[in-house]
Amino acid sequence: MTRWTRNLILVASLTALPACASTPAQRGLMVFQQVCSACHGMEHVAYGDMSSLGLSPDEIRKWAADQQMPNGTDDNGDPKTRPATATDPILSPYPNEAMGRLANHGLLPPDLSRLALTLPGGAEEIRQILLSYAPTPAGMTLDEGRYYNTALKWKHIGMPPPLQDGMLTYPDGTPATSAQMANDVSAFLDWIAHPHQAERRRIGVYVVTYLALMAFLTFLLQRRIWRAHR
Amino acid sequence: MTSPLKTPDTDPPDWLERRLPVMSLLRRQYVAFPMPRNLNAFWSFGAFLIVTMAFMIASGLFLAINYTPDITQAFASVEAIDRQIPSGWFIRSLHMGGVTMLFACLYIHIGRSLWYGSYKAPRELLWLTGLGLMLMVMVTAFAGYVLPWGQMSYWGATVILNAVHAIPLIGQPLSELLLGGDTLGNVALHRLFVLHFTMAFAILGVIALHVAALHVVKSNNPSGIDPVSPSQTLPFHPYYTSRDGFALCLFLMVYAGLVFFLPDLLTLADNYVQANPLVTPRDIRPEWYFAPFYAILRAVPSRLGGLLLASGSLAVLFTLPWLDRSALRPATRRPMVRLSLPLAFAAFMVLGVAGMHAPTPAWLLASRVAIAWWFIHFLLVMPLASEREMSS
Repeated sequence: MTRWTRNLILVASLTALPACASTPAQRGLMVFQQVCSACHGMEHVAYGDMSSLGLSPDEIRKWAADQQMPNGTDDNGDPKTRPATATDPILSPYPNEAMGRLANHGLLPPDLSRLALTLPGGAEEIRQILLSYAPTPAGMTLDEGRYYNTALKWKHIGMPPPLQDGMLTYPDGTPATSAQMANDVSAFLDWIAHPHQAERRRIGVYVVTYLALMAFLTFLLQRRIWRAHR
Repeated sequence: MTSPLKTPDTDPPDWLERRLPVMSLLRRQYVAFPMPRNLNAFWSFGAFLIVTMAFMIASGLFLAINYTPDITQAFASVEAIDRQIPSGWFIRSLHMGGVTMLFACLYIHIGRSLWYGSYKAPRELLWLTGLGLMLMVMVTAFAGYVLPWGQMSYWGATVILNAVHAIPLIGQPLSELLLGGDTLGNVALHRLFVLHFTMAFAILGVIALHVAALHVVKSNNPSGIDPVSPSQTLPFHPYYTSRDGFALCLFLMVYAGLVFFLPDLLTLADNYVQANPLVTPRDIRPEWYFAPFYAILRAVPSRLGGLLLASGSLAVLFTLPWLDRSALRPATRRPMVRLSLPLAFAAFMVLGVAGMHAPTPAWLLASRVAIAWWFIHFLLVMPLASEREMSS
């Protein structure tokens, strides 16, 4: 599915479907919460930003409160934390870059805020990577912490295969196959990388319609004014 | 000629008029102001430019309120504008789309002046202030592009500042003045922010000069023959206000199309990666409006030579009123110019496309041919054509 059609479905479903059904991006948020966020953050996105994906304020507060934010140091100089709030950023689980690399064989899990925009292949590339893990072929040896993946140029990646069939349960009953989850989480990351896109297009239609009407009226006006001199 | 509007002389002098005659000035300059009857759609681009500048300054003020000019926070503050600040995404798109609209209109506006000979006597100062405005807009756009502190901001600025450094004598002090140190860092970001903000208002001042000059010498027109009698003119209002109003609606539809439906079309995705001095992007590409000059920089093997040709390509425009001495204005009435000028326009576009592609031998060759034609047109064809026309 191209990015265009996926966005179209997202926009249509956000406006047309009843609240209980879920869109790929909404299901993708669940995948992010339960799978991706174990290693990745979205440091420019706030928990509260999820309200435009249909999360209620209570759901956002509950999710945020389960996460810890750094909060200065105590009297002994030891780092303190506090529960996150809706306005806090969705940080990586690692307190700093060195810790992130230490936990991942020297590689740092990238921030996901704009990944679907900055990867040359966009969200589709993320989906392909998630679906292209395979057993390492005979005769090929990979370093520790590298996994065979046919979607990449060098055929390996530092991220262990993150998805397994049925590893989570979607509340709307959609079967959580790996392919389904890869589809959903790439839709979610596409939504994250293009903030306010649905609202942008909705307002755009009104603005362009208004300007077209004004263009028609001013055209009639100027023709009437100029007619006397033709 | 009987104007449908009352002239200020017959109005009873009122309180304000006796103290500060702004109302009669506005009436003289924007209501009863005599305009040629035969202006075409290209004469609306000045109005587009004024409106775009107003959008740029208004949106820029709101961006500045929410922006942090510090290398540790600049990128995040721009992300917050796009994501969390109410309507921030709209204000920022208005500003980014506005740059494209501003440059597109500038290039068309200048192209129209070249085609219809609007730079000739008595409009030399109008031409020079206009070119000055273009240079100021370029400096402002360069400084503004650094502010989001993305990868292209950082590496684009590095390329430009290295080029500035290569200028003999003044290059080194000038680049040090902009950088405030050895490398592009926090001090430079602060300076470029102040430069960007200040230049915006300096541009407003020069626009005032440009418009004042226009109101002294009046508009050129497609025939190139200035109207001599009042019967050959029409008052600015309501004739050109209504026509510009219609044109503005069409213009704003294009602008809105960019802002609301194609916000990613004109930005490079690499600029959504925070600046990293240790990682050079695979290819450093300028925004489209700088692409022609970037192509010139790359097409010349020597750094100083590229810089001289790139700045020379603009400098020849400043000397044009004196290179082209013929009294004939529109290219339509000048056989040589009618052939040569469209080729110069095409050369500019070829350079623009070349600047956005990797420098393969084919693009380098195309760039070099285009540069050559640009200079041949202005330095050889124009003096030659005016020589011939004056002798015949």
